[in-house]
Amino acid sequence: MKANAESILEVRDLVKHFPLTQGIVVKRQIGAIKAVDGVSFDLHRGETLGVVGESGCGKSTLAKLLMALERPTSGSVRIHGRDITTARGSELKRMRRNIQMVMQDPYTSLNPRMTVGDIVGEPFEIHTDVVPKGGRRRRVQELLEVVGLNPDHINRYPHQFSGGQRQRIGIARGLALQPEIIICDEPVSALDVSIQAQVMNLLERLQNEFDLAYIFIAHDLSVVRHISDRIAVMYLGKIVELGSDAQIYDGPTHPYTQALLSAVPVPDPEGRETRQRIILQGDPPSPANPPSGCHFRTRCWKAQDICAEQTPALEARPGSDHPSACHFAEARDVVNAQ
Amino acid sequence: MTEVLSEQMGRGSHGGALLEVDNLHVEFRTRAGVAKAVNGVTYSVDAGETLAVLGESGSGKSVTAQTIMGILDMPPGKITGGEIRFRGVDLLKLPDDQRRKIRGEGISMVFQDALSALNPVFPVGWQIAEMFRMHRGTSRADAKKMAVELMDRVRIPAAKERVNDFPHQFSGGMRQRIMIAMAIALDPEILIADEPTTALDVTVQAQIMGLLAELQRDSNMGLILITHDLGVVADVADKIAVMYGGRIVENAPVHDLYRDPAHPYSKGLLESIPRVDQKGQELYAIKGLPPNLLEMPTGCAFHPRCPYRRDNCVTDVPPLYTISGTRGSACHYWREVIDEGER
Ligand SMILES: Nc1ncnc2c1ncn2[C@@H]1O[C@H](COP(=O)(O)OP(=O)(O)OP(=O)(O)O)[C@@H](O)[C@H]1O
Ligand SMILES: Nc1ncnc2c1ncn2[C@@H]1O[C@H](COP(=O)(O)OP(=O)(O)OP(=O)(O)O)[C@@H](O)[C@H]1O
Ligand code: SF4
Ligand code: SF4
Ligand SMILES: [Mg+2]
Ligand SMILES: [Mg+2]
Repeated sequence: MKANAESILEVRDLVKHFPLTQGIVVKRQIGAIKAVDGVSFDLHRGETLGVVGESGCGKSTLAKLLMALERPTSGSVRIHGRDITTARGSELKRMRRNIQMVMQDPYTSLNPRMTVGDIVGEPFEIHTDVVPKGGRRRRVQELLEVVGLNPDHINRYPHQFSGGQRQRIGIARGLALQPEIIICDEPVSALDVSIQAQVMNLLERLQNEFDLAYIFIAHDLSVVRHISDRIAVMYLGKIVELGSDAQIYDGPTHPYTQALLSAVPVPDPEGRETRQRIILQGDPPSPANPPSGCHFRTRCWKAQDICAEQTPALEARPGSDHPSACHFAEARDVVNAQ
Repeated sequence: MTEVLSEQMGRGSHGGALLEVDNLHVEFRTRAGVAKAVNGVTYSVDAGETLAVLGESGSGKSVTAQTIMGILDMPPGKITGGEIRFRGVDLLKLPDDQRRKIRGEGISMVFQDALSALNPVFPVGWQIAEMFRMHRGTSRADAKKMAVELMDRVRIPAAKERVNDFPHQFSGGMRQRIMIAMAIALDPEILIADEPTTALDVTVQAQIMGLLAELQRDSNMGLILITHDLGVVADVADKIAVMYGGRIVENAPVHDLYRDPAHPYSKGLLESIPRVDQKGQELYAIKGLPPNLLEMPTGCAFHPRCPYRRDNCVTDVPPLYTISGTRGSACHYWREVIDEGER
């Protein structure tokens, strides 16, 4: 943990509401999808912040806001003190080189008509000064090799690879410019365990070598724990708990975090008959119409009247040592209790 | 399964398991060459049993499943050997119409990607009802009623109101439930679930796996669960078949495999799971790349990546050695692998 390292990314009160419109000729706004709804955190040089939460809670939207691929409704994203949300033109291009992304969906994020060499080497075409033209092919082949692909396959097309292999192409591309910050949106979810371990080791090796900072979005909580120094748990556009990996895993205080951890299957059949699980019912509510007060209250087994009336702030409370957005935050070990 | 078919298929009269895949070989003829996707797969599953098929991407898990279902793309695919026996009858020798009958009624499948497996232009209830109309000739009204019942059974809230909704109006988890509803509509004896929860959240995964287990218990289905999630396998499998390069390299009851894996590949898989006490350390990673199916390594297909390799591994293809009545390993040195314990 690099607790005293400098902050290279400062996110403050970040909000992204997508307008919900009705009507074809005359569009009327009838509401908003609150994809990201007031998120604040810092990222330090060389650290990994894990981001977990259910599908639709706003993780990818947050990632796109940090990359300035989406404009926020409000709030700021400062990289070395400069707000990327207001940057334009060549300044934006320069800032973007420093913050790269590995995409979530290997099927749609790769252009089917480009060869693997062109896809991985594309950042060098945009940022022409990184690798001289003559060395690009070799550099691309090196990148293919580090992500576990055969460098001889540089002229193949994405459809000639399996889903897992396609994901590796995206990772090679994200690594190409060696940025300071890499946002990994589900980077290993589609990978086999054996290759997943290689890629995680690779990410950690690159991190140590170049002092990279990662924002690591994933739904595999054991993977997130392995790589993260701190973890943010999101629910319906908000961070509901934020702490070190040990604080989150050994003493989660938010009921949602507890349910999430408890749902993770343990890779050991011993004692599986007696394992206790918190199984949440139903799906998360729509972010267009989140419940009043605490967004989690419709699925929470601890909910009281106050939960519908007052939105719990993300803060440390008596009896808990890290920020949690629950009126009744209380540590409970759900992992080791199994 | 209809009476006629079950009789024809000799219910109970054969000696083996309900479904037996025996030395199956499948190739793909592509411009680049012949890809040997399945090279002698043997596994079986009985009523009420859960077989987990583990293996890395491209190891032939889905192609084997597609061949069982009779939905393999031919060409480019070609079945070059082996049998698939359902109640003792080789499905590969059955005429098309009987094959079609078994699909859905005898054996059915849940696909990984529920969104692309559902037809976007028809209401989900209509798609479920079609199963009854096509296979059973059920009337439109009855089929719709049965569709609502099924949607209830897989716990789609307010099924009656949602029966006319389209796939895009459901969440990923709900679409997967609808796929499951379609797969169990005709009460199959075997359900193949190809990565049914890979695209879903852990909370939804827990719901879906719970649902599958419950449906299996109620109707005593045989379940073939294809997955790469070692956690899910540990949770639900009775036995495991580990695939590598189109072959079964190890089969074992679940507890045995996790306790003492007998093949270096399975062992490597288990060791590469991130563990809490290894935080900050390098993960164990199986080195190298999966095999190129166009140019399979000689001898043992795993030899370029194997820490136990000896000279004869490069030349001699290991048979699936029998370790016990319920276990096998395709490694010449399986004894050493078991004895060595944790690396
Ligand atoms: N361009 C858009 N227009 C309208 N709504 C959007 C848009 N992008 C995302 N959303 C909505 O915002 C919410 C958050 O989506 P997002 O993709 O950020 O979720 P996520 O946490 O990344 O989910 P997943 O785990 O499935 O990737 C969802 O309800 C989504 O439907
Ligand atoms: N229609 C096809 N044409 C050519 N090759 C194919 C075709 N379908 C599958 N293959 C090849 O057969 C091999 C086995 O594929 P299969 O889909 O069974 O892998 P899998 O084990 O299911 O992998 P994953 O975990 O990625 O789903 C792969 O190398 C694949 O490229
Ligand atoms: S604030 Fe209330 S509803 Fe929200 S998580 Fe805490 S107890 Fe549950
Ligand atoms: S046969 Fe040889 S190469 Fe193959 S898994 Fe066993 S020891 Fe390794
Ligand atoms: Mg996402
Ligand atoms: Mg597959």
